[in-house]
Amino acid sequence: MNPHINPQPQPETRRDDSPATTATAPSTTNTDATHTAPATARAVATAAAADPGATADLRRTQRTDRLVELVQRQGALAVLITVVVIASVAFPHFRSYDNAGTILIAAAPPALLALGMTFVIITGGIDLSVGSLYVLGGVTSAYSSQWGLIPAFFLPLVVCGLFGLINGLLIAHTQMAPFIVTLAALLGARGLMRALSDEGSTTYLVSDDAFRGFGTGAFLGIGYPVWLVAAVFALGMVLLSRTRFGHAVYAVGGSEDAARLMGVAVRRTKVWVYVLSGLLAGLAGAINAAKLGSGVTVLGVGMELDAIAAVVIGGTLLTGGAGTIAGTIAGVLLLGVIQNMINQVGSVPGSFQQVISGAFLAAVVVAQTYLVRLRRVT
Amino acid sequence: MTTEVVAGARAVVDQGRVRAWLPRYGVYAAILVLVAYNLLFTPNFLTLSNLRIQLVQVAPVVIVALGMALVIGTEGIDLSVGSVMALAAALIPLYLGYGVIAAILVSVLAGAAVGLVNGILVARVGLQPIVATLAMFVGGRGLALVISDGQLKDVRNESLLLLGSGDFLGIPLLVWIAALLVAVVAFVVRRTVLGRRLLAIGGNRAATELAGVPVTRVLLTVYIVCAVLAALAGLLAVARIQSSDASSVGMLIELSAITAVVVGGTPLTGGTIRVVGTVAGALLMQLVVATMIRHNLQPSTAEMVQAVIILVAVFAARERKTR
Repeated sequence: MNPHINPQPQPETRRDDSPATTATAPSTTNTDATHTAPATARAVATAAAADPGATADLRRTQRTDRLVELVQRQGALAVLITVVVIASVAFPHFRSYDNAGTILIAAAPPALLALGMTFVIITGGIDLSVGSLYVLGGVTSAYSSQWGLIPAFFLPLVVCGLFGLINGLLIAHTQMAPFIVTLAALLGARGLMRALSDEGSTTYLVSDDAFRGFGTGAFLGIGYPVWLVAAVFALGMVLLSRTRFGHAVYAVGGSEDAARLMGVAVRRTKVWVYVLSGLLAGLAGAINAAKLGSGVTVLGVGMELDAIAAVVIGGTLLTGGAGTIAGTIAGVLLLGVIQNMINQVGSVPGSFQQVISGAFLAAVVVAQTYLVRLRRVT
Repeated sequence: MTTEVVAGARAVVDQGRVRAWLPRYGVYAAILVLVAYNLLFTPNFLTLSNLRIQLVQVAPVVIVALGMALVIGTEGIDLSVGSVMALAAALIPLYLGYGVIAAILVSVLAGAAVGLVNGILVARVGLQPIVATLAMFVGGRGLALVISDGQLKDVRNESLLLLGSGDFLGIPLLVWIAALLVAVVAFVVRRTVLGRRLLAIGGNRAATELAGVPVTRVLLTVYIVCAVLAALAGLLAVARIQSSDASSVGMLIELSAITAVVVGGTPLTGGTIRVVGTVAGALLMQLVVATMIRHNLQPSTAEMVQAVIILVAVFAARERKTR
């Protein structure tokens, strides 16, 4: 379903004309776990041709490889389907059309944060500032909605995009750890948000009817925000898998040095992924403001970690270089469905959702680690 | 260093020396500047009650930051400390019926259990520390909320409250406890085999493993110690605020602790720990906020200033590394 994991077509095309790339290409492919398997299998295959006794062994190895690859790529999707099936049987209300709409509209803003985070994590970075930027985006959006629909979308994108730009420039040009730079941005953005809202005491109400209509309206029973998010995701998929920029993102995460030697603009790529992450966080904030009709100042604490959790559950490796947006969608929806299920069982406290998400996250990453190791051994 | 070099350094302000000096002592210099400013321009700064308030407020951050410094020394990070604080806080009112000692023991043991899980995930399973502790960050607070039913509970046990509000020789007990823990951690880092081993792991884990150091055991110990310190901070927080609220105790403290450690001059890349620097880092951040509030600047401004301080501190440390 996702052949886009292969990070760099550049090394393949360039391998012939440049000795430097020939030297570095193996190290890039090595770090990309999903890409290693077929290569090794092929190598074993040529060796085994001479020795018929080893063919059976080889077939088994290949089968394991394929299985492992499938589980890692589509694991989140498989679990999501299982959970949805179980929930539809267990809770009659769950399988209603309305409820699906509820899940999707609740998942829309976190999904945007996770989309940006996917790009950042594939480059081997991390963005802790998105939770704060999401709230800041919501407040600026509600504030600027007094001038109409367009400013309500425009201002949060500018403000949050600027934060992303600063993050990206600092990370790309000073070798400071992404963790710390974006941690500072988390504080800075929250400070700015509180300054704008008089220390959280002022809640700006959305005054523009068109903007509020966008947040609450629906087309075919599914909210406008969901359609918008779906469109943005489609763009993100194309961007990551079909463009030079997308290939550069994978290359930087696979091996920065090798990417640089191949002629990938490493710094520019890094700057852009953080800008993208900031922009998407701002958009998520705007959507939320439209949905709630106000710029709520208390939400968003810890949302960056939810986004990271969704991305990781979706099969993207935190070490960078591998991951898919389809996986991220599955991760976001899975967390959303779990929450929705817990809401259905009225008697279970909502805090159980956190326990389940945490346990889930731990299980998934442990499984991932073992899967990657299993394949390295074979 | 030869005499000519020293002379040269004095003649022209040697950039290299400033760069080496800044990450190590910059935090103390910043504190001195801020204190001097406050003495001159802030009324009632040098009052006993103000100093008390500042120290009592900073004590839990210092305790958590000590554990964080140990973990960061091994090139790790622990995002779960806030959740561990909440967990410890949620357990206290449940077990106070069996006596203060029992309640404290249970919450500290719960902390140790979380630390053990973190340690196993990092050292045995081989997860990145940020992912391993992220799972506990997400699940831990949820567990604390489930245990406490999401309710705020008043704590009225005299001997427990004494921990939070009591004095010894005119100094709050909280401050004594924090100071004692600082001394213990500083001793462990500088003078014990464990300290040497954990720094070696942070410097180069593979080489340390080859040298025969039981890396897994050391890492387990470090994560357990970090979580136990967080649990202690959690129960002290309950003793101070006289109530237990799992949804607010330790919120975002992981970020304050990491900030204190980093601003104090400990590099995130491991291999070095500055214990006293960490305390100074926590004090500096506290001073910044206190100063701003005293001068009627909003907490939001203080947050933005904190962000700049973090960036400057890390930027300075980076200069030292690349030199």
